[in-house]
Amino acid sequence: MPHYANSPDAIKALIRPREIHRDAYVSDEIFDLEMKHLFHNTWVYVGHASQLPDKGDYLGAEVGRQPLIIVRHSDDEIHAFYNRCPHKGVRVTTEECGNAGRFFRCPYHALSFRTNGQLMAVPLKKGYEGTKLEDNIAHRGLFPVAQLKVYREFIFVKLNPGGESFEEFFGDSLSTIDNMVDRSPAGKLVAEGAPLRFMHNCNWKMLVENQTDTCHPMVAHEASVGTAVDIWNKEGDGGKHPGVEMLAPFMSPYEFFEGIGIRVWPNGHGHTGVSGSIHADYSEIPGYFEKMTESYGEERAKAILDEVRHNTVYFPNIMVKGPIQNIRVFKPVAANRTLVESWTFRMVDAPDQLFARTLIYNRFINASTSIVGHDDHEMYERAQIGLTCNGLEWVNMQRLYEEDETYDQEAVVNGTSERQMRNQFNAWQRYMTMSMEDESAVGAEA
Amino acid sequence: MKLDLQTASDFIYRETRMLDEGHFEQWLELFTRDAHYWMPAEWQQTDPLLQPSLMYEDWFLLKVRVQRLTAARTFSQKPKSRSCHVLQAPQIDELSDDAQHCRTWTPFHYTEIRGDDSTAFSGWLKHELQIQDDTIKMQLKRVELLNFDAPLPAIQLFI
Ligand code: FES
Ligand SMILES: [Fe+2]
Repeated sequence: MPHYANSPDAIKALIRPREIHRDAYVSDEIFDLEMKHLFHNTWVYVGHASQLPDKGDYLGAEVGRQPLIIVRHSDDEIHAFYNRCPHKGVRVTTEECGNAGRFFRCPYHALSFRTNGQLMAVPLKKGYEGTKLEDNIAHRGLFPVAQLKVYREFIFVKLNPGGESFEEFFGDSLSTIDNMVDRSPAGKLVAEGAPLRFMHNCNWKMLVENQTDTCHPMVAHEASVGTAVDIWNKEGDGGKHPGVEMLAPFMSPYEFFEGIGIRVWPNGHGHTGVSGSIHADYSEIPGYFEKMTESYGEERAKAILDEVRHNTVYFPNIMVKGPIQNIRVFKPVAANRTLVESWTFRMVDAPDQLFARTLIYNRFINASTSIVGHDDHEMYERAQIGLTCNGLEWVNMQRLYEEDETYDQEAVVNGTSERQMRNQFNAWQRYMTMSMEDESAVGAEA
Repeated sequence: MKLDLQTASDFIYRETRMLDEGHFEQWLELFTRDAHYWMPAEWQQTDPLLQPSLMYEDWFLLKVRVQRLTAARTFSQKPKSRSCHVLQAPQIDELSDDAQHCRTWTPFHYTEIRGDDSTAFSGWLKHELQIQDDTIKMQLKRVELLNFDAPLPAIQLFI
């Protein structure tokens, strides 16, 4: 029996001020509704414009179970379409990425579409004469996604029309993307290298929560990071090991994480590392600061590099690490299955060593072979199983909860607070239910 | 001592057997101190530093992995993983004139289990071997997964 469909009150009842009902993580029905509502009502990241350098370049994406094509048209404008031929529904492209040339051609009956979606040619056209094809929606060509925004080359879409604009939805949280881009002396990033893809048998929201969970590193990562630090202290050559330099800050004490702070923004976004972070003390790469000074002047260059935010969650499902040019995309597959794709960006005009460092970070932390990744992965999977226990139905989220807490404005709090997780769930219940209350919203049931 | 197909093959069989039998400390000693264990994340990858890899571990990082496997609080190894390598006969791709260095190619099937879960991989091992103090050592072990670009589960041991 469906329990939650079209029952906004039942969904809102899953979120209490200090705790979350386990159905948010384990219920297949809730997952289904997330795909139909949450991911249709929010601005979702689908790729980076540098993945589409040439006209006709396209990439495949999936948002809320909807297969999409993102493509660069001949006027350089980027478009997003549902990946479905308007004739019989055949998926037009299957590759992750490619170049369409001047048009897409459906492989079934050869309808073709310009890269701005317009129907270009219909074979044996006379068969449609007098049938009023021009009145049919198929005549419009590829069906466009309602809203698309390219922000500093990061491409986001929103499937449902209306609602908050991109700027309203993300607000000041865009400062993290700004900082990541500004760190390039040319003010430009290029998505380079294949993403690392790590499958997790757990709910996607556990992964998102963990991005601002600062009370786990020194505990859960003792086995990996603690071991690395121990061996290096005993047997290292006294110098710096690039790996240890990256790993050691994970073992920082609670006081460190309390001090660096968490900033929360409206609509579920937030970040750790307001003042200082685990990315603050990487050794200098020769030539980089000079390049930055040349581009920005010394004062501005310093200000850019002094912003060392740790993890920024862009609700609902990505995390951006500005100082190391790395993003994680948490792709929901099922209530108990999530694919994490971790992407690396090269800063144009910065020394190669910085990109090499980004790649080291990615494989050290995000790879399916990463021992740090294994520590986290084990906790998520244990939680997914643990949540099936019937004795306790609520997940506790009240660390540093404040009675008068609201989520509609920016706030900076103690770095071990679970406030950002509460912030996410506050946004979650809103975006889950907004198109239920208004069932006329186009696309909500698409 | 000289490298040839027989000595190189014997070495590779012994090397993977050590992994399957869990003799990780002993296995570490098969590497030269400046060796790398490399698992590329791109097809026909040439650069370990400016292209993404799943692993590009120096001796120190391999040692961290080995010690972690037996550390008290390694929760992802409760229960412990076990592995099985099935190798095709190695081939020599390159042998130095003095027979002190060689590169080999060995297709594999690899299964890693943990608890009730089992995952299988296949691909190619590429070894760079050399003679050091009259024994064979690995300068590089490159593990090319057939499905390096697929969504992968946790791979906890060494292929
Ligand atoms: S289904 Fe695409 S042309 Fe017929
Ligand atoms: Fe972690």
